[in-house]
Amino acid sequence: MKKTLFDKVWDAHVVDTVENGPQVLYIDKHLIHEVTSPQAFNELEERNIPVFRPQQIAATADHNTPTLEQHLPVKDELSRKQLAQLSENCRKNNITLYELGHKYNGIVHVMAPELGITQPGMTMVCGDSHTSTHGAFGTIAFGIGTSQVAQVFASQCLLLSKPKSLRVTVNGTLKNGVLSKDVILYIISKLGTNSGTGYFCEYAGDVFEKMSMEGRMTVCNMSIEMGARGGMIAPDETTFDYVKGREFAPKNEAFDKKVAYWKTLPTDDGAPFDKEYFFDAEDIEPMVTYGTNPGMGIKISDTIPVNNDPSFKKSLQYMNFEAGKSLIDTPINFVFIGSCTNSRIEDFRVAADYVKGKKKAKNVTAWLVPGSKQVETQIIEEGLKDIFNDAGFELRQPGCSACLAMNDDKIPQNEYCVSTSNRNFEGRQGQGARTILASPLMAAATAIEGKIIDITKQLN
Amino acid sequence: MEKFKTHTSQAIPLNIANVDTDQIIPARFLKATDKKGFGDNVFRDWRFNKAGKAVSNFSLNNPLYSGSILIAGDNFGCGSSREHAAWALVGFGFKVIVSSFFADIFKGNALNNGLLPVQVSEGFLNALFAAIDTDASTLFEVNLEAQTISIKGTNLSESFEIDPYKKTCMINGYDDIDYLLSKKELIEAFELQKPY
Repeated sequence: MKKTLFDKVWDAHVVDTVENGPQVLYIDKHLIHEVTSPQAFNELEERNIPVFRPQQIAATADHNTPTLEQHLPVKDELSRKQLAQLSENCRKNNITLYELGHKYNGIVHVMAPELGITQPGMTMVCGDSHTSTHGAFGTIAFGIGTSQVAQVFASQCLLLSKPKSLRVTVNGTLKNGVLSKDVILYIISKLGTNSGTGYFCEYAGDVFEKMSMEGRMTVCNMSIEMGARGGMIAPDETTFDYVKGREFAPKNEAFDKKVAYWKTLPTDDGAPFDKEYFFDAEDIEPMVTYGTNPGMGIKISDTIPVNNDPSFKKSLQYMNFEAGKSLIDTPINFVFIGSCTNSRIEDFRVAADYVKGKKKAKNVTAWLVPGSKQVETQIIEEGLKDIFNDAGFELRQPGCSACLAMNDDKIPQNEYCVSTSNRNFEGRQGQGARTILASPLMAAATAIEGKIIDITKQLN
Repeated sequence: MEKFKTHTSQAIPLNIANVDTDQIIPARFLKATDKKGFGDNVFRDWRFNKAGKAVSNFSLNNPLYSGSILIAGDNFGCGSSREHAAWALVGFGFKVIVSSFFADIFKGNALNNGLLPVQVSEGFLNALFAAIDTDASTLFEVNLEAQTISIKGTNLSESFEIDPYKKTCMINGYDDIDYLLSKKELIEAFELQKPY
């Protein structure tokens, strides 16, 4: 039978099938962080169940960590306690932890790929919905709740019903100024926030084949924003080159053997999908969101659609935008470049390339938050930090930061923030804050101009 | 986990689509290391303004509405995987959430906490909202064994789907850990001869 990439990886991990019910799926790698793990550790302790495979778990501190003065004790008491709890839980259970200050510390979905923990053909989970990021490697990776974190601790398995399959194909050549972030925002704007619910999505076509691993991670990261539990891209030479030589990647002959297996994973010609969508790369433009879910996005040259649905109107009211209007020239005081969507070195290179020799607008506060210590080091070593400093941007230390504003990095009430993160929900970046999702290039341009511009007008 | 067979109650309406888990429980409340107290902050930024004053026209604050069933708009629970959202709804006292569509991870989290997600057709959802509009004291009955939800005092009823395994778990109060631990030998055997 012809199989999809998803089928091949899933089927290879089925331990057992419950009669008329879900399957027992084996999990290769389990990533944890401070926010969604403590209750799972408690549960195991209360029931006197040991962690089954601690060596298959990697932990990091990212969600509520400060992005300034990380060498000092964390000021917020609850955050400090939660971080201490993670350290204690990892120590007690022999789990490797990249805590605050560690040279490998970073956002869980940036840290694991750059260390080579993420590899093609694996199953990976984390108590975080953006675990879909790792699907960029041809991995089945998805977010889970804390009860499931406890299940994986206890058994290295999960009880799951196999999701349906969906494929999004984008062929053609992307226009100048259109980044991977625009591609995924465009797809979500076309398909809506729940079109993927119950599905695992494969991204196929030239556009993804030509993308770097960083770009593929940005795309897969936002699969959950159309409801899909995960997204996947077939592993190819770009993938193998990225994985090769990384800290936890297989070495020498073991690597070659793995590559031979990974090459068998791409979807067979003619394998069936439950749902398919096709788009042309030429139709995509730089994107911005105007509402309070990631599906509410438009091309920069378009105007906000008119819609009488009460939820839609509520959303525009929150954003203080009007139907029928363009976002171009909207004054912006806050810009955030960071999050598990866009905080990898490539994102900062794009931003630095644009910013070089320019100065940010006086009204703008521009935060740059690298995804990991390694990215931070690279930014400094490549001289990008100097470019950003000269332009008046502030390079902070790694973490989830203003993407979800669990730490002090909050956008003030009623302020717009052009953000490279993944969610524009009400209050996501701070109570009453208004998020506009965009690419790192659009974010950098906004910081320079102090307002939203059509970047293509400058580039062409 | 508490056993769930049938549940009859008044309901609180929340006729908004795409309610995300950041609204159910904002991120700044996720710093606890236990499951207690989240109910106090459920829908925090819709229930209270920035000064901490209750927003009187929000349905959870409206004295007209009460009960342990929440009837919500389409695509309920989208966004973050935080199980804190399920803990917050349970903590507030909800036993059942009704919507025309649930986000995947939320649905699983709800089921793992004895909170029953009942997915109904759009037409029936509108009938539920209309019934509350007409009389806020209307009672609704959810029968898990029969997989039905009905509006008491009327002949309006609809059946709903649930994974048979999850149904057994809810009715008996079992959880997945017990099941997975019973498969330990199979899991260890799998590890010794992984096909990849």
